[in-house]
Amino acid sequence: MTIELENKIKKMATNMRKNILDMSLEAGAQSSHFGGGLSIVDITATLYGAIMKYDPKNPGWEDRDRFILSKGHGVLGYYTALSEIGLISKKELLTFEKSKSFLLGHPVMNLKKGIEFTNGSLGMGLSVGVGIAIAAKKKSKNHKIFILIGDGECNEGSIWEAAMSAPHFNLDNIVAILDKNNFQQTGSNIEILDTASLSKKWLSFGWEVIEVDGHNILELIKALSTKNPKNKPKIIIANTIKGKGFSFAENSNEWHHKILTKSQYDKAIEELHSNK
Amino acid sequence: MKIDEKNLVTYSRIGSRATFGLVILELTKKNKNIIAISADTSTSAGLDRLKKQFPNNFLDVGISEQNLIGVAAGLASEGFDVFTTTFAPFQTMRCCEQIRVNLGYMKHKVCMVGLASGLVLGTLGFTHCCIEDLSIMRSIPNITVLSPADCLETAKATIASIEHKNPIYIRLTGGSNQPMVYKKDYNFEIGKGIVLKDGDDIAIFATGTMVHESIEASNILQTKGVSAKIINMHTIKPFDNELVEKISKKVKLIITVEEHSIIGGLGSCVAEAKSKIKNSAPHIAIGLPQQFGKSEIYRDMLKSHNLTAPQIAQRILDELNNV
Repeated sequence: MTIELENKIKKMATNMRKNILDMSLEAGAQSSHFGGGLSIVDITATLYGAIMKYDPKNPGWEDRDRFILSKGHGVLGYYTALSEIGLISKKELLTFEKSKSFLLGHPVMNLKKGIEFTNGSLGMGLSVGVGIAIAAKKKSKNHKIFILIGDGECNEGSIWEAAMSAPHFNLDNIVAILDKNNFQQTGSNIEILDTASLSKKWLSFGWEVIEVDGHNILELIKALSTKNPKNKPKIIIANTIKGKGFSFAENSNEWHHKILTKSQYDKAIEELHSNK
Repeated sequence: MKIDEKNLVTYSRIGSRATFGLVILELTKKNKNIIAISADTSTSAGLDRLKKQFPNNFLDVGISEQNLIGVAAGLASEGFDVFTTTFAPFQTMRCCEQIRVNLGYMKHKVCMVGLASGLVLGTLGFTHCCIEDLSIMRSIPNITVLSPADCLETAKATIASIEHKNPIYIRLTGGSNQPMVYKKDYNFEIGKGIVLKDGDDIAIFATGTMVHESIEASNILQTKGVSAKIINMHTIKPFDNELVEKISKKVKLIITVEEHSIIGGLGSCVAEAKSKIKNSAPHIAIGLPQQFGKSEIYRDMLKSHNLTAPQIAQRILDELNNV
């Protein structure tokens, strides 16, 4: 069962990476947030493939698990996951960042397509998640709230306002995932603003902290499906690689936001096939 | 909610902030969908009784206004009737971008209440006075902006906000023992200005505490032979442009009076409306200058800024000589 599930997620992630290449190539000069989209692919594939409750036929189902992409620039890893579950077609994916497309460079709320919230300005999603989690408690609902944040995003003070409030309100229905790819827009975390010891920071704020390899599907499944301790929000610090999957982009911050050329695309497709 | 003479006297005595708290308490008795969120300002917002009697309908996020708006948006997205309250500068500016994205862009229906706006907290300095909120809030798409003239109107605005479909900012001005503009119940409709007093020579459009000052000023003007129409512009957005158009051709001078910066508030709304009207009367904008001035007790502060009734009347008389 576990092996089957793992293989299913891996297949999803491979499809998603292929779609990301197609979208980035198609977006052309519009460019795309390539690196930070790729670092979250295995996380979103696991969430949508194995963890979250939802009904693709009824995206507004009241008891669905909620997902917030607080690091809104990670859309490539989000739209492609929604495509895997049938809410966004391949044809629609290829309209990414084109005029009149609903698939912008940051998510814009569109529930029938599975996009729950508008994001893009960093540091806001966790607070919204806290509000939804309080609402779920008040309504005695069992659904969970998954919020994906970035390590660069942890520069924002508002993240820590929300971080302080979730344990205060005993929100054991919150699962945050921190995409720790060690880079942000113009350099490494260490160069720009050192976010060292993030685990300790979250622990000291009263969260249950689990550290995993963010590209290891089994570790992700285990961490995401473990029950929160009573009254405690949980955060999974996912150690990831920015640009994961393609050698020229991995840990290379020039791929934060960049145009993908046809020759790079061809090379990437080759790598994708050889890694299968 | 019962609106009788006794209640109106109580409202006026306790001021707009405590009136807001009282109204929320009354509304919550029947509507358990209400959640009022404070940022460590429950006493200032008159919410202590709600907190005690209906703890499930009250939430405190502490001194964290960015989180306040995010949490409010999350609750609103799940269908709750959400109110947020803190002092006006923190309610509007500390979390401005959260308001823009969560309420403006995503249209999550939250009613924000800015406490003690204007100059009432004068002696605390300009960190606590708020002279820019109307301007900032009205520039954000999808946000309705209300500026009640007295405590009864604060109650009416709070009640109306529940049925209103857009996110709202309600700006509360004035202190305790607030003068009554309304002495009995009346029809309050968001987006519709109210002519309080008829007059033929000039029209004074006022908002917030300046409605009462303007009525007083018009009484002074009456003794000098000037007949002034008084209009209560309790809604800053959507602005009642039609009313401005209707009135602006019938008088020889238009005056706006507000306890707010002359940039971006009521004066700007009227000027924008007038810019589309041919042959409109000239317009004098009375409000606060572009400065963080001296800090004084409220009444002295109003006087220093020429916002008391006799000063408003005198300014109008001076301007009339130039028309």
